[in-house]
Amino acid sequence: MPRGQAEHPTSYIIAALLLIALWYLASLLLASPELPAPPTVFYAFIAGIRADLGYHILISTFRVVYGIALAGSFAVPLGLLCYINRVDKYTAPVIYLLYPIPHIVLLPLIILLFGIGDLSKIVLIAIIVFFQILVTTRDAARNLSTNYIYSLLSLGATAKDIYRHVILPACLPKILTAMRISVGTSIAVLFFVESFATEKGLGYMIMYAWSRMDYPALYASMVAMALLGLCLYLILECVEKRLCAWIYI
Amino acid sequence: MIEAKKLSMVYPDGTEALRDVNFVIPAGASCSIIGPSGCGKSTLLFILAGILKPTGGRVQLGAEPREVALILQDYGLFPWKTVYENVVLGLQIRGIPKSERRRIALSLMDKLGLSSFANHYPKQLSGGMQQRVGFARALALKPKILLMDEPLSSLDALTRETLQNFLLELWKDNGMTMVLVTHSIEEAVFLGKVIIVLTPRPGHVAKIIENLNVGDENYRSKEAFFTKCREVRQNIPPAI
Repeated sequence: MPRGQAEHPTSYIIAALLLIALWYLASLLLASPELPAPPTVFYAFIAGIRADLGYHILISTFRVVYGIALAGSFAVPLGLLCYINRVDKYTAPVIYLLYPIPHIVLLPLIILLFGIGDLSKIVLIAIIVFFQILVTTRDAARNLSTNYIYSLLSLGATAKDIYRHVILPACLPKILTAMRISVGTSIAVLFFVESFATEKGLGYMIMYAWSRMDYPALYASMVAMALLGLCLYLILECVEKRLCAWIYI
Repeated sequence: MIEAKKLSMVYPDGTEALRDVNFVIPAGASCSIIGPSGCGKSTLLFILAGILKPTGGRVQLGAEPREVALILQDYGLFPWKTVYENVVLGLQIRGIPKSERRRIALSLMDKLGLSSFANHYPKQLSGGMQQRVGFARALALKPKILLMDEPLSSLDALTRETLQNFLLELWKDNGMTMVLVTHSIEEAVFLGKVIIVLTPRPGHVAKIIENLNVGDENYRSKEAFFTKCREVRQNIPPAI
């Protein structure tokens, strides 16, 4: 099992319980309202779900998923096209100049262009994640062995066949890994873009609860954001296991 | 028939792989191409297959491009496709209807002992089995010319002999032209009715040796076989 992971779900449960126990211990040691104990947060979470927390989770999910999907729909085709030398010659320098720049500072420009609604939030997430997916996809496409291409050409393949049967399936594991990594980034950006000029989303919930010094509600929102990230990560992992079964054998 | 006339190949980086290569392989013959490593054997095969364009000279094939099949080194299988998907790939690309490609693939897989591995991935098979998948994929196209680049070089000696016998049978049964690039003198002599010996880079025909006794599985243990091996060995220029 070259890329094996801990298969047993019990190991995940044990790890989760251990982390919660550490949290509990820290809250007892600190004995401050600013770090409530897990049960307090759990009840606040349930109360939140009974109120409007679910709605805010939905809004945040929509923004993140939309952002990642938007980024992927541009980054993946462009990255795969970099397999062609002529495309890469013009694209690679641009990517490498733009990639290391902190794109989050583009926020004022994006608000200027797209307003302060959902669109500007989604676009900022998309821009940041776009580069992560693009760089990984491009590198995967560039490192493809030409033997695969020759092998397919010998069967009479056209350019379309090469993308369909070689380049896309060969790069797919790397693309999905990049998307999984981008979940973490996009949630961080989500918090940033939801922390002002909006009254919807988990970032807003966190800021609002913090300003009221309602610590159980604050942590309940943080837990919701963490669960959102975890769920998206797990979904992408399931997709990868399904679509790329061949790397797990 | 395959005819190479004054073939030369210089790669864009200046590497001269082939220089003035001339030979004729009669239709239905089997031919081994042998030479020291790096002598442009693979380049020559890619040119015959039409994947690379020579920088000089030309190739005449007595067949349509779609009647030529190529088997690459290390089997050329796609690790992300199952055995069945690999076998039908050529037919799929050529737009053969699904039911027809299924019929062809299943009968070939049955013949090659691959039926129970249809849903396995190449990585789950032994080298010999992977090579069979490579053969099945090429044979599914019913080629008139079968080109092979060191198809058996990464197999153990016993599997190798089994598959050499298999190739011999295949050639005798199908009447196709077979070109085999190899670095094994014994393999070249066992399978090649015509043996083309190449010089080190830039590859050039050092000698063309006729080997009329090919076709018998027992050839390996005959005196004539050893004599022919010796003749080939004497004609192979030292590698650099």
